[in-house]
Amino acid sequence: MAKGKKAEKSRDVLVVGAGIAGMQSALLLAEAGLQVHLVESSPAIGGYFPLLDKTFPTNSCGVCFMSPLPPAYCPIYESELHENIRLMTSSHVDGIEGEPGAFRVSVTQRPTFVDPGKCNNCVSCVEVCPVEVPREFGGGLEKRKAIYLPFPQAIPRSYVIDPATCTRCGECVKVCSPGAIDLDMAEQRHTLGVGAVILGLGFEPFKAELKGEYGFGRYDNVLSSIQYERMLSFSSPSRGMPVRRSDGRVPKKIAFLQCVGSRDPSCGQTHCSTICCMYAMKQAMITKERDPEAEIALFYMDIRPMGKDYERYYERTKGEYGIDFRRSAVSVVKQLQQTRDLLVTYVTEEGSFREEQFDLIVLSVGFTVSDEVKELAQVMGIELNEAGFCRTEEFAPTQTSRPGIYIGGTFREPRDIPETVVEGASAAAQVATLLAADGEKGVRDKVYPEEGALGEGPPRIGVFFLSRGHRLSDIFMAEELINHVQGLRDVVHGEEILVNAPSDGFDRIKLRIGEMELNRLVVAGSSLRTLRMDFGEMARGIGFNPSLIEYADLWEGCGLVHPQGFSETTHKAKVLMEVAVERARRLEPVKKGSSQISRKGLVIGGGIAGLTASLNLARQGHDVALVEREDELGGNARHTWYTLKGSDPQVFLRDLIEMVEGNPKIEIFRKAEVKHLEGSGGNYRTLISVDGQEKSLEHGAIILANGGKEIKPHEYLYGQDSRVVTQRELEGLIHSEDERIRDLKRVVMIQCVGSRDEDHPYCSRICCGHAVKNALKLKERQPEMDLFILYRDVRTYGFYEHAYSGARDKGVIFIRYDPDRKPQVISRDGDLTISTVDPVIGAKVELAADLVVLSTGIEPNDNRRLAEIVGADLNADGFFMEANPKSAPLDFVDRGKFFCGLGHSPNFIEDSIAQGEAASMRAGVLLSVGEIEQVDHVAYVNHRLCCGCGLCISVCPYGARFMDEEIWKAEVMEDVCRGCSSCVVVCRNGASQQHNFEKATVMAMVDAAVT
Amino acid sequence: MEEFEPRIIAFLCHWCTYTGADLAGTTRQQYPPNIRIIHMMCSGAVDTIYILKALIDGADGVLIGGCHPGDCHYQTGNYKARRRVGILKEIFHQVGFTEDRIWLRWISASEGKLFADTVTQMVEELKKMGPNPMKKLWLA
Repeated sequence: MAKGKKAEKSRDVLVVGAGIAGMQSALLLAEAGLQVHLVESSPAIGGYFPLLDKTFPTNSCGVCFMSPLPPAYCPIYESELHENIRLMTSSHVDGIEGEPGAFRVSVTQRPTFVDPGKCNNCVSCVEVCPVEVPREFGGGLEKRKAIYLPFPQAIPRSYVIDPATCTRCGECVKVCSPGAIDLDMAEQRHTLGVGAVILGLGFEPFKAELKGEYGFGRYDNVLSSIQYERMLSFSSPSRGMPVRRSDGRVPKKIAFLQCVGSRDPSCGQTHCSTICCMYAMKQAMITKERDPEAEIALFYMDIRPMGKDYERYYERTKGEYGIDFRRSAVSVVKQLQQTRDLLVTYVTEEGSFREEQFDLIVLSVGFTVSDEVKELAQVMGIELNEAGFCRTEEFAPTQTSRPGIYIGGTFREPRDIPETVVEGASAAAQVATLLAADGEKGVRDKVYPEEGALGEGPPRIGVFFLSRGHRLSDIFMAEELINHVQGLRDVVHGEEILVNAPSDGFDRIKLRIGEMELNRLVVAGSSLRTLRMDFGEMARGIGFNPSLIEYADLWEGCGLVHPQGFSETTHKAKVLMEVAVERARRLEPVKKGSSQISRKGLVIGGGIAGLTASLNLARQGHDVALVEREDELGGNARHTWYTLKGSDPQVFLRDLIEMVEGNPKIEIFRKAEVKHLEGSGGNYRTLISVDGQEKSLEHGAIILANGGKEIKPHEYLYGQDSRVVTQRELEGLIHSEDERIRDLKRVVMIQCVGSRDEDHPYCSRICCGHAVKNALKLKERQPEMDLFILYRDVRTYGFYEHAYSGARDKGVIFIRYDPDRKPQVISRDGDLTISTVDPVIGAKVELAADLVVLSTGIEPNDNRRLAEIVGADLNADGFFMEANPKSAPLDFVDRGKFFCGLGHSPNFIEDSIAQGEAASMRAGVLLSVGEIEQVDHVAYVNHRLCCGCGLCISVCPYGARFMDEEIWKAEVMEDVCRGCSSCVVVCRNGASQQHNFEKATVMAMVDAAVT
Repeated sequence: MEEFEPRIIAFLCHWCTYTGADLAGTTRQQYPPNIRIIHMMCSGAVDTIYILKALIDGADGVLIGGCHPGDCHYQTGNYKARRRVGILKEIFHQVGFTEDRIWLRWISASEGKLFADTVTQMVEELKKMGPNPMKKLWLA
């Protein structure tokens, strides 16, 4: 890259890697008004997401909720459509210099040999290409040509040539009618000036062939979980049915093998990949749904569903779906020559060898970092940890070792989608904070000319057929079609316009609008989403209300998908045009209002999450009111003295409080609580009481961070014998060097106290780590001490696994117990004895102990009253309920309300920090937008017809309806309404209507469509 | 005699099935032209009166396409559609019309092939069923 001149200051952002984390960061920053360059090394964006058909624990997709301003398309589409995001696929970064605020980055864009601006996706090239190789997408189960679409829903939607397999035979060039293919296309180099960088580099699945004993790559019926995921997708060749590759038969007996390339020093993968247990369970469940006859066994070491609502998922997999969980290590898989069935040899927990035959085996592969990413890390000048993942400080989870470069997602540590989304947002928060320091507002307001009285007169419709790549006459009887349309009621003009890019035709259309005094348009063209955006913009640019344009999908919805001849497609095209014209005749110019947002955030709760959220929101440039119930800030962290990863929480907390207290934008209210909240979607008025005095606050966003608490145990003699303490109490004793722990000979810890039981049917996630942490501390002080941990499953996920194996190396003994044979703590003649059944030896074990430590779970604070006041939902366990557990983990349905910390679910401090930052970003985007523009199709009420029955109010999912009590008629809050039409359908009198989707309009369209 | 070509009116939700139909187009999945798509914001926005009108006016089948359960962009629109269609089918059954002319399907934005397959399958099924008898009643 060009050396010499110092990089200039920039407020642009570079996001490398367009998977879940990268897309989340990019969308949030773009929405906040920053220009984002989204660089992706593969030819299509989305990362591993397009592979997933369904996600746990909801077994739905829901990723669209990730977008900052719902409702929205899938983030993959949104990333392509957003005006502030510049997509650069097939590109990699090969140099960076500069400092935070002023980096200069060089990016090389590899040639794809196909011009996406010209390619019309006609697939002729694929038909003639002679090269066939395994398709990367889905782990090579399917084939692709050397010229190919990476996967069906690939964005950008353009064919690409893979130079490694292309033979340059030139056949594709000959058949490409738009001339989009150029086999001599050169690579392009770009130099970008950016202020900050976010790395969302993701993971690489462990190469299962490295575990040779399982036969992956040699046996047809041994699949990796990546391949199996693809097979289960509805868009796979087998339409979502699992099949054996050897004979195409639906397998009846399937085995899932866990921890392939995880928790396994033999292949250098010592960490736990965190999500394989969950995805294997999901795949097992979906298999059962597709084929209820299937018998499924899952071989595992410890089952680790630690996330929110995951334990219930596990119970469902076991109970409702009857998946056979076997705690055994599989030593070898052999293929039977004749049948291609697979013989699995495994060792049961009791130590005996068994053999069993299966039809199909799925290897749950773990997460690693690819060599490409390791190289990039070197280019970026960031440090990696021993496992090859990005090194970060525990309490700065998204900060790399190089200032100004941040990361999110699985490149930091294996994790699932909600955490990846949180970290994507958290990294964005760091960037927004860094680049906000300049004081300049990022929002690039556009100014549009005033709209005239367009659309108010009788309709004068202009119909434009936009032809790109194909001409109308290639597919339809063009003249007949145009003549037909010109004869339709209110149509005054119709013509075909040839365009190479959508903007080409705009001048012609503008001209016609003036000439013919057109006040409504029907645009019949291709690739609707992008077209609608461009057209809307064009229309606004000349003061033409975009809601007066109707679109007809004549290419992708008709001409290109029907193999029948001219006359059928032309007939259908006529009908489609009639439907479009009928709607166009009824279109009204919708004047989109907007509501100002008060640019202030309210944060409830002054623990780690709330403090972090407040500080970040303030640093992004917003005013913050922080409400804390107690007299002192800090929450639970005040009682934590050290962490498993070795950081000092007290130092961190002290600094954090200092920064919060010293920030002039943050107003802190101690001994305060929320009394009342009114308003919606970015405009709230909240009444708080501060030390008995009432005070009213106006704000645009609210973040609930009011924490959780340790569950108080009511078993194992807790509270009756002073030698029975909780982990948190033990931590205090260790910290204060209490005499009770001075000369301990034997300590027994019991896991899952108040977790995974009837009262708390969820895993508290942190207790295994907590126990290991305290065990290591005790061992450090007195190495000769006996230490037993009685557990159900050890859930030291991610890199915490290293601490677990460290504890075992130091002699901590782990004994499993079954929940139906819980350990007993007995106090006899002053001696404390623990009796438990060890399933490995199948016998009762009695342990005398000096101290019994209970690993108690976490429960949320009682949020029922608060939830009622602020209008938030709680789940069955009392935690806050998110808009979508997967992709909007910190959002309530009402935009403007967010939450983080232990109110979300039990979490370690580092997760609370990430959540606090992420919530501040989600809220910060809303506040920086400044005003919310209404959606196009908001509902309205015809008061003459409204009988005041209130049905629309009860059905509205957004609370956008209310009764005007003076006249007893329903009303719409237009800035909250998202145009879902629920109220229109439910209204008995036709009083509720939706702009441009009025019942009469739809009925007229149906009329035109049927005849 | 000319082969009977059924006419299908499809109400597709903006976010999922309509986008899925678009994907079917961009990936050139082929399916019969018997379907006429009406773009709706949500499957929950499909009033039963639209379905009734289509069938009474002579459509041979109605397809309602929405987001998969749990994926509705308006929280619960697809569940509302499911209930509404369930009730309508029950009524159809009671008054002696076959409810199999009304199809409710979940097709996501990435399932272009599923969309094409669904249309193909629906056309085949409707061909087996023959023309919608309601049309005859109306014209009689």
